[in-house]
Amino acid sequence: MHIPDGFLSLPVAATTYGVSAAVGAATIVQAKRRFADRFVPLAGISAAFIFAAQMINFPIGGGTSGHFLGAMLACLLLGPSVGFWIMSLVLVMQCLLFADGGITALGANILNMGIVGGIMSYAIFLLIVKILPRGKGSFLAATFGVSWLAVVLAAFVCSVELGVSGTIPFKIAIPVMTGFHVLIGLGDAVVTTAVLSYMLNARPDLVYAWSESNGALVGEEVAAHG
Amino acid sequence: MDKKKNNTRFIVISLFICLVIAFLLSPFASSSPDGLEKAAELLGFLHLGEVMVWGHSIMPDYSIPFLGERPISGMIAGILGTLVLFGLGWGVGAVLKRKKSSK
Repeated sequence: MHIPDGFLSLPVAATTYGVSAAVGAATIVQAKRRFADRFVPLAGISAAFIFAAQMINFPIGGGTSGHFLGAMLACLLLGPSVGFWIMSLVLVMQCLLFADGGITALGANILNMGIVGGIMSYAIFLLIVKILPRGKGSFLAATFGVSWLAVVLAAFVCSVELGVSGTIPFKIAIPVMTGFHVLIGLGDAVVTTAVLSYMLNARPDLVYAWSESNGALVGEEVAAHG
Repeated sequence: MDKKKNNTRFIVISLFICLVIAFLLSPFASSSPDGLEKAAELLGFLHLGEVMVWGHSIMPDYSIPFLGERPISGMIAGILGTLVLFGLGWGVGAVLKRKKSSK
């Protein structure tokens, strides 16, 4: 759902740039407080994986395709602050190097995929995980559900931006965009859950959300349990 | 020491998997329009997106211009993009990491 140039009005483009910049600044402060050394290489791996996986469009029927988003994956592995930055980095490079997503729509794309699909969805994830009984099963179930929701929410906000821009009436944009992404989100959920399931077994110490949802301070060694 | 070795192995294997995805799977990606593009097509505003403000992308549409539209073009663009993102992502992580001084 990379918005190209020309779809958004100037006020919408400017506002979304402003919001994304403000959140970007706030997350730097957060990350500096909480992002531990051992996660640094994982930031590179996450960026590489999200980029590569996003290239693989899968058909969802009716001559339409979708691809992995990765916003929840980044936030679950790296925490919401660095997750947001990695997602934004991917979007900036896709725009500059690959002409995917317009430079005037970058603020909106970061808002949709980094903030709504990333930071906000991660907050919902933490809430759900705290309600569910502890353990890997609950963690992965929440991962699946919220990864799906993240894509749908991002698409919803995207259609609101198109509506406010006057590009297309809300009444049409919202059902069509969210409709497609209800299916696309399943693809994201499957991939994200598979990666998290692998990581929880192989390297639970490199799953930020696992430490955070277990109430352990990130940076301390957390014994895997579940 | 053993832990460090393990870590290096984890990083190398993970990056390798990313490169395999970008290189070997990209030719099989669906070329149908994605959700937003399809919506724009159906609802008749796709033409609005034809103007491009930034026209200096070196690999537009995930292809290498002088290799044309052949699959290898996308495969190489995928490899290059994956490596660039790996390096920059690591860099972003290094810049954002927690300051040691606390406690």
